[in-house]
Amino acid sequence: MGGEEERRPKLIQGNEACAEGAIAAGCRFYAGYPITPSSEIAEVLSYRLPAVGGTFIQMEDEIASLGAVIGASLAGVKAMTATSGPGFSLMQEHIGFACMAEVPCVIVNVMRGGPSTGLPTSPSQGDVQQARWGTHGDHPIIALTPWSVRECFELTVRAFNLSEKYRTPVILLMDEVVGHMRENVVLPDPSSLEIFDRVKPSVPPEWYIPYEDTSFGVPPMAPFGEGYRYHVTGLTHDVRGFPTLREDEIEPFMARLFRKIWSHLDDIQTWDTFQMEDADICIVAYGSVARAAKRAVLEAREKGKKVGLVRLITIWPFCRRAIEEALKGCKVFLVPEMNMGQISREVKRVVRGRGEVLTVSKALGRLLTPNEILEPILEESR
Amino acid sequence: MAAQRYEVRFSGTGGQGVVLAGMILAEAAGLFGGRHVVQTVSYGPQVRGGNSNAEVVISEEEIDHPKPIALDLLVPFTQQGCDEGAKLLKPKGIVLLDPEMVTQMPEGWIAPLPLKRIALEATGKGQMANIVSLGAIAVLCPHVTIEAMRMAVRERAPRGLEEIFLKALDAGYSVADSMREKITFREAPSPED
Amino acid sequence: MNEERRLIYHYLRHDKKFPHVWCPGCGNGIVLGSLIRTVHALGLSKDEVVLVSGIGCAGRLPVYVDFNTLHTTHGRALTFATGIKLAKPHLKVIVIMGDGDATAIGGNHLIHAARRNVDLTAIIVNNNIYGMTGGQSSPTTPHGLRASTSPYGHAEHAFDIARLVEAAGASLVARGTIYHVNLLDKLFQRAMEKVGFAVVEVISHCPTHFGKLNFLGDAVESMRWMAEHAVAVERAKKMRPEELQGKFRIGVLVDRDMPDYQSEYEKVRKRAMEGVPYRIDPQEISKMLESHQIY
Repeated sequence: MGGEEERRPKLIQGNEACAEGAIAAGCRFYAGYPITPSSEIAEVLSYRLPAVGGTFIQMEDEIASLGAVIGASLAGVKAMTATSGPGFSLMQEHIGFACMAEVPCVIVNVMRGGPSTGLPTSPSQGDVQQARWGTHGDHPIIALTPWSVRECFELTVRAFNLSEKYRTPVILLMDEVVGHMRENVVLPDPSSLEIFDRVKPSVPPEWYIPYEDTSFGVPPMAPFGEGYRYHVTGLTHDVRGFPTLREDEIEPFMARLFRKIWSHLDDIQTWDTFQMEDADICIVAYGSVARAAKRAVLEAREKGKKVGLVRLITIWPFCRRAIEEALKGCKVFLVPEMNMGQISREVKRVVRGRGEVLTVSKALGRLLTPNEILEPILEESR
Repeated sequence: MAAQRYEVRFSGTGGQGVVLAGMILAEAAGLFGGRHVVQTVSYGPQVRGGNSNAEVVISEEEIDHPKPIALDLLVPFTQQGCDEGAKLLKPKGIVLLDPEMVTQMPEGWIAPLPLKRIALEATGKGQMANIVSLGAIAVLCPHVTIEAMRMAVRERAPRGLEEIFLKALDAGYSVADSMREKITFREAPSPED
Repeated sequence: MNEERRLIYHYLRHDKKFPHVWCPGCGNGIVLGSLIRTVHALGLSKDEVVLVSGIGCAGRLPVYVDFNTLHTTHGRALTFATGIKLAKPHLKVIVIMGDGDATAIGGNHLIHAARRNVDLTAIIVNNNIYGMTGGQSSPTTPHGLRASTSPYGHAEHAFDIARLVEAAGASLVARGTIYHVNLLDKLFQRAMEKVGFAVVEVISHCPTHFGKLNFLGDAVESMRWMAEHAVAVERAKKMRPEELQGKFRIGVLVDRDMPDYQSEYEKVRKRAMEGVPYRIDPQEISKMLESHQIY
């Protein structure tokens, strides 16, 4: 990796950019199961990982894939898997394990139409709420949604950084349009990237308490095999990792699990705004739909409508503050999505009657068009 | 309107090289022409034997909506691809087609070119019609030059086949250049036809 | 302290909240003892041993031992173990599973781990039943017997775990019992020394559920049954089929040398690092196809 050759603009797919981002972030282990429209990520990594001393393995299913990823991560290697809807459903079991045992890992879901086998080659944003609540039990989660090829690279790096920093699975929610589209990009020089590696214990093994509370909320993580022998389990555990049924141990554990994410929203949440300065109508969009929405903003402005765009980059935890800020100027919100209305629920929850929330919810297996987004805006202000 | 977009769709069935054509056009305009490009793929309603479309959006500014909104250029390699794509054409959009492959022409501006025959004559391979079409696009599309197209073809062609690919490209370019004036507006066929 | 006590002190997490979860008469303690003696005999350091388990009674075993221990999800222990082993090949990764864990919910992972021949030691404690959840039938519950979900007799037929993993490609397959403890130590040792996927099926029992439901008596009686019905492989070779009727073989059933996954993947890495496209000589292709035998 590196060198002048790499710095030339290249025409690459979002999926390829994601794979390159993983390598740049220090990922050295990939386990996955083929599924459209994410397979290019596996193909690129099967080629690239062994060349940088890493490991690629095709497992027997997606459950096994995420199991192997968690195993590799526990052994101290940054690891990832990629899939699409049906495989993402199978992975829910181990997403929960990674949340519970606090194992850093990155899960890419290139969303296609669902439910079930659905529309294998067509885009959707139907897994947004599944990313939040797919695994059983209470847990916080981080999910990011890129809208361009370059951002597929950048957010893959960011997903690894956040997962390492907060010892949590991070989900990269791409969609088929973003995954398969090709753009000419110059990928960042890997040496210019900020890479975060998990904090290892600085105390001797006999002092190490693997799930100890810290002011930051994230305990240092010792890789297997380096002298810090401890227990990792999917059972609710005490600070030493041993299963517990004691309320006085369960309560602080659950509290810390949430606190480590909720107390760092400033660091975790990002969103973008476009022409929001004077807007009275706010479009809230993410992923490829945000590109159609941006076009709709421009076209609405030409027609004299004061429309702006809030683009969610961090989709979970939901960027409440982005909406709160928009509420200062906007009384109308429009949420276009390639699903039957998933993030619009969150927008409604935040707006709470302080404005009107319109939706364009279509799960047709194609990208929404700027016109479809524009329509309710023109109707609204008529 | 915001930034001027130039939108192209190649449409055909498996094996006709529509995705390759789309990628080469995107690279010619993007990597060698300095334009912003987005190339996407979409599929027709049929699960098997249906059309696949490679679409390229070219602009001098950053591209927001990645899919075509209204086509400037449609390059169909099948009748079905022509019929579907014609609905998306701009009023001044052009259809570059081979009358042997697409027998029923739509209403609009048509650039008829015997792509397959040119490919056969230049390279002995009818399958190179997609590359021949790229030569013609270098004439029709304001965002790519034949030089940029040559560089893109050279990079994308399978190793050892660069020269054959370039021959197909150049053949398409020279025929299209001499037929520039043949691009005509075609009325919808009247019921009596 | 005598030797046995010293071992216990050295290897058990004696400050872990004992007592353990197992019922009186359970075979898991015997398996744990055998495992510890084997690790000790092989001179492995506690830091290099990773003990991975799934869910069930056997799944609770790692928590008591002072290794790197990982208690995973139901049936998936082998997938985590695969990730650990490939990420850090110098670690000795031992997987402990129950019969339901390994062959029902984890059956697919079991055969694929065997097929890949990942260098893991897989111990499957077979007590013919789901103990932790209350005695439901498992893929090794014998036909006709009772379980809490087979009150009218079990309608299905059982897996032969050893034959299953042999067919799937394991390098070493062994079977022991919780009665033949000295043999179990030896089998564990053979399995851990083997490079490649090594499986030891441990015939155990569940006096609490399986024994009670099927009138098999207490732990002692069921161990007596094991003593009477197990035949060493060496002896079985000299016995006529009718003499072997109703008996089961114990010992090393399969031991074959095959390249393990890591050494094969190391070749992949080497090719990738050299950056030369991988080309196969056409003659090599026919040889590869021939060695891929299907009967």
